[in-house]
Amino acid sequence: MSGSAPSTTWRDWLLSDRPQSATQARLGQAWLSWRAFRRNRLAMLGLGLILLLLIVAALAPWISPYEPNVQNLRLRLQPPSAAHWLGTDELGRDILSRIIHGSRITLYIVTLVVVIAAPLGLLIGTVSGYFGGWIDAVLMRVTDIFLAFPRLILALAFVAALGPGIENAVIAIAITAWPTYARVARAETLTLRRSDFIAAARIQGTGSLRIIGRHIMPLCLPSVIVRITLDMAGIILTAAGLGFLGLGAQPPAPEWGAMISTGRAYLLDQWWVATMPGIAICLVSLGFNLLGDGLRDLLDPKRRGG
Amino acid sequence: MTPPLLQVKNLRVAFRGERGEVPAVRGVSFSLGREKLGIVGESGSGKSTIGRAILRLLPESARITAQRLAFEGQELLELPPQAMRNLRGQRITMIMQDPRFSLNPVLRIGDQIAETLRVHGVGGRGSELRQRVLEVLSAVQIRDPERVYRAYPHELSGGMGQRAMIAMMLISDPALLIADEPTSALDVTVRREILAIMDRLVSDRGTGLILISHDLNLVAGFCDRVLILYAGRVVEEIEASRLQECRHPYSRGLLASLPLLERPREQLATLQRDPAWLEGPVYRFGQEVRE
Repeated sequence: MSGSAPSTTWRDWLLSDRPQSATQARLGQAWLSWRAFRRNRLAMLGLGLILLLLIVAALAPWISPYEPNVQNLRLRLQPPSAAHWLGTDELGRDILSRIIHGSRITLYIVTLVVVIAAPLGLLIGTVSGYFGGWIDAVLMRVTDIFLAFPRLILALAFVAALGPGIENAVIAIAITAWPTYARVARAETLTLRRSDFIAAARIQGTGSLRIIGRHIMPLCLPSVIVRITLDMAGIILTAAGLGFLGLGAQPPAPEWGAMISTGRAYLLDQWWVATMPGIAICLVSLGFNLLGDGLRDLLDPKRRGG
Repeated sequence: MTPPLLQVKNLRVAFRGERGEVPAVRGVSFSLGREKLGIVGESGSGKSTIGRAILRLLPESARITAQRLAFEGQELLELPPQAMRNLRGQRITMIMQDPRFSLNPVLRIGDQIAETLRVHGVGGRGSELRQRVLEVLSAVQIRDPERVYRAYPHELSGGMGQRAMIAMMLISDPALLIADEPTSALDVTVRREILAIMDRLVSDRGTGLILISHDLNLVAGFCDRVLILYAGRVVEEIEASRLQECRHPYSRGLLASLPLLERPREQLATLQRDPAWLEGPVYRFGQEVRE
C-alpha cells in the first residue's frame, strides 16, 4: 500500500476509521445503522410495502387506469381481466383505481391520528411522570379508563356520538390511541427524572415545563416513535372497521373498509369485490408491523444481537 | 459589616422513610464569604446533602430545617419557588460529579450552556448569546470552542465534559458555586487541570466556593478553610494550612489513614469509630466547643 491513493469509493469514505469531519462520522454511523437494518429481511419487506403505499398515494391520479367514482352499470361485477385488472364492483367502478385512490384516505387517516395522538400522549405521559404525586395519579387513572375499553368499541362510541365521517373517525381513533403513548412516555420519564442532567437543568434555574419540553421529551421520542409504527396497523384496522360499519368514510369515497362492506353482499359469487381491498389492508398493516419491529430492534440496543 | 455570602446555622436534613425519619445532616453551622471552603467527609456523611439543601434540590421525602439558611441575607427556606428559581443558575450554581451523567445526551453543548442565560432572559439572543457561550468555553480552556459548541456530550472526553459543565455553571457569573466532587470521575492527570481552571475563574470573579470532596489532600491544598463532617455533624473546622494541627479524634484518624511517601508503613491505620462522636465536643480552629 502506497497510502497515497485517496479513498475512491463513497463506501470507503463512509466507513473511514479517521473521518475528516463530524458530518462524515455521522453519515458513517447512519450508513452502519442502515446496513444493520438491511440485514433484517422482514423489516426491508415492510419498508418496501410502506414505500409502495407512499408512492401509490402520491401518484394516484396518474397511475390509476380509471376514475375511481365513475360508474358503468353495463360493466358491473366484472371478474379480473386485462381491462380491469382487479375486476369491477357492483356499480361498475374499477376496483384497482378505487384501491389506488383509497390509499390516500388510509394515509390521511393514519397521519392525522398520529399528529393528534402522539403529541397528546407524549405531553400527558411526560407531565405525569415528571411531577408524580396526585397529578400522576389523576392522569394515569384517566389513561386507565381509556385503556379499559377495547379500542374499536370505544372508537365506535365516539363516532356514534360525533356522527359518521372521516374527520370524526380520525378524532375518535386519536382519542383511543393516545393512552399507550402516554404510558410509554411516562415509563421513560420516570427513569429520566432523577438523572443528573435533569438536576443540572434545575440548577440552571430551568422551570418544570421547560425541562419537560426541552430536556425530557426529546429523550422519550424514540420509544414513542417505535410504539407509533407498531400501532399504525391497529389504526388502519380500526379505520377500516369504522368504514366497514358505515361510520367512517362515506360513499362514494373509495375507503377500503367501506369497499369490503359493500362487497360482502357478493362475496360468494363475485369474491374479488371484497377480497381485493381486504388484501390491500392486510398488506399495508403487515408492512407497518414489520417496519415497526425492525425499527425497534434497531433503536433498542438491548435487543441488538451480537 | 456586610452579611456573609452564605450563613448556615443549625441545618438539619432528615429523610422520611418506611421506618421513620433518617437524619442525614444534624445541626451543621458555618458561614462563607468570598472564599474557598472545603467540606470533607466519608460517603454518607451528608456532604452532598448539604450542597443540595442549599439549592433546595432534595427530593420531597427530605425535611429541611434550619435556624438560619441565608444567602446574601435572604432566608432560602422561606423563598417562594419562583424566587428560588431566579437564584438558581444566576446567583448559586453547582458543578456535579460526573459529566457523563450531568449533561443531557440529546442536546448540543452550546445549547446546554446557553440554557442558563435563555432561562433567565439575560445575555441577549442569537449571535450575541452564541458569542458569550464561545467566550466562556475559551475561558475554561477549550481549544476549539466552535467545534465543542456544536458537539453532543458523547463526543467529548470526560475532562472536556467537565469543563463544559464548569462553563455552564459559571457563564452567569454566580456569587456562590458549589462543586460536588467535581474531579472524582476524572483521570488523575486531568484533575489538576480542572481544579486549576476552577481556581482561576473563582479567584478572578470573586466567587464564593464550596468544594465537597472525600479527598483530604485535595481540599487542604485547594481551599482556605476545611469542615470535617462525620455522620452529618461538623466535628472540626480549621484553616486548611493548619490541618495537621486538627484535634478531633476523627480528623486525626483520617489524617493517620493517609499513606505518606516519606514514612511508608506496612499497614495503614484504620479508623476506630466512637459512638460518642455523635454527641461529643467539636473543634473550631483548635478550640473545643460544645454544640
